Amino acid sequence: MAHFEKANSLNEWLDQRIGIETLKKVMQSEYWIPKNINFLWAMGMVLAATFGILLVSGIFLLMYYNPSTDLAFDSVNYTIMTEVGYGWLWRHVHGVGASLVFLIIYIHMFTGIYYGSYKKGRELIWLSGMLLFVLFSAEAFSGYMLPWGQMSYWAGMVITNLFAGGSLHADGFVEWIRGDYVPAQAFLSRFFMLHVLLLPLAIIGGIVFHFGTLRLPHVNNQDGDEVDFAESARLWKEGTTESRRESQVIPFSPVFLSKDVFVMGVYFILFFFLVFYHFEFAMDPVNFDPADGLKTPAHIYPEWYFLWSYEVLRPFSTNVGLIAFAIAQVIFFTLPFLDRSPNVAPANRRGLFHVWFWAMLVDMLVLTFMGKLPPQGIWSTIGLVAAITFFILWISLPIITKLEKKL
Amino acid sequence: MSSRRDFMGMALGGFTALGGIGALMAMKKTWDPLPSVKSAGFTTIDLKDYEENKLVTEKWRGKPIFVLKQSKELMAKTTEETKKRLIEVDGDHYMVCVGLCTHLGCIPGYDAADQSFLCACHGGMYDATAEVTKAPPPRGLDIPPFKIEGTKLVLGGTGPEYEKMLADGTTLKV
Repeated sequence: MAHFEKANSLNEWLDQRIGIETLKKVMQSEYWIPKNINFLWAMGMVLAATFGILLVSGIFLLMYYNPSTDLAFDSVNYTIMTEVGYGWLWRHVHGVGASLVFLIIYIHMFTGIYYGSYKKGRELIWLSGMLLFVLFSAEAFSGYMLPWGQMSYWAGMVITNLFAGGSLHADGFVEWIRGDYVPAQAFLSRFFMLHVLLLPLAIIGGIVFHFGTLRLPHVNNQDGDEVDFAESARLWKEGTTESRRESQVIPFSPVFLSKDVFVMGVYFILFFFLVFYHFEFAMDPVNFDPADGLKTPAHIYPEWYFLWSYEVLRPFSTNVGLIAFAIAQVIFFTLPFLDRSPNVAPANRRGLFHVWFWAMLVDMLVLTFMGKLPPQGIWSTIGLVAAITFFILWISLPIITKLEKKL
Repeated sequence: MSSRRDFMGMALGGFTALGGIGALMAMKKTWDPLPSVKSAGFTTIDLKDYEENKLVTEKWRGKPIFVLKQSKELMAKTTEETKKRLIEVDGDHYMVCVGLCTHLGCIPGYDAADQSFLCACHGGMYDATAEVTKAPPPRGLDIPPFKIEGTKLVLGGTGPEYEKMLADGTTLKV
């Protein structure tokens, strides 16, 4: 039996049993964040907060949602929307949150790309972040099936058909994924399970891992400077006004977190403005028709956050399109290895990489807009050019970063 | 001592791997389509009921099945190659196909005036025998397995006419 003294406070009692003081130091008061950062460094906690809101609103939706092909549509559009007290609130929060979480993920990703926060010890942060992106995409897709409207059904049909692998004709594999020849009850039940249990569990695990990968390399800063964390921490802990001014770091909690909370405050004004006044942007009108396996909607398009990769698929023939699509899904994983430059610095100091960064961002925006437009005439051509540009940019990345001058 | 530990480690690891493989197999089988889903996969239609150049959509295994009786005018346009895609019963020719675009599975719409199909999703086109005329679809609409019984057609069954289509590559197995 270990030796225990009588504790004088709850904190001391917990510290004796689970080392809460050590935990607080490691996770909060002695987890050092550089001072030289801006509001873009708050996106991680904004994402964590949005995930929390999706979890809570999801729990309340779960109580009246009915995962049966006969009842799902009405349980959402009739029961939850008209009968359940404030059911509309949870649905609109969940829909808007699902859309905004991708907006913030993209900002978070491009911040990392701009400041070079994916290399020299930070590779695992990038890889675990990309893993979370894939998990969130699967979570978004499986959730989109649940209202069992026309877009749910046909997106389910088209996306599961991708797994036939074009000319491989792996129809048996597609039927295995669906549990039927077409999306039906077995399909809805298993995607319901994925959406409410397996994928959220994986996401929570992924978030813990992502935080873990951050702890030793620490977050990057606006200049890509190498910070002497030990010396800066000593100066901060000395506690005088001078030493704290001289220190290059602040503790994560409460100092950095209070800045995070401010940014979250601004973000949630936008969030709830959308929830209360413009929720319709996250609610596709076509999905307010119940699923019908004998009628395809005139245009099938994914939610805005998948449009760029959809547009990479669309202009090519089946097999080429599928390969292009598959590469587009995983190419961002390779960023730390395709960037051959040793410089950790903001893109504007990295010569050609600066051009590459903005070209990539603009190209993905063009792909996004073209993905929403019908594939006709000039739109088709612009889409094709943008899709080809996407691959040219990735092929050129190792070359231009290899040529980059060492700073 | 160490060899004894090695043995215990390997024995434990071996049995755990065995159990793991068994569990994976069970999980795979759990996701398979149910026997009731598979056995409900037969639909019988009577070809006498259809009118010329009027597309009728039937349902088989939850999928739309296009049935289009070819008119004289349409038959004049078909070549020997595309004629292979049609089913002949009592001297009449019928196009019977799974009405899902071979690109990504949307339902193409039929334009009776133009006598062609257009898929709205990605712009693919087919003629009246459901042969592809404009990419991205890689091939004509697939023909479901069928068996001719008099003027009736059993979808899901397999007759010699269907086996011939499979053998000469007119259609893929669905």
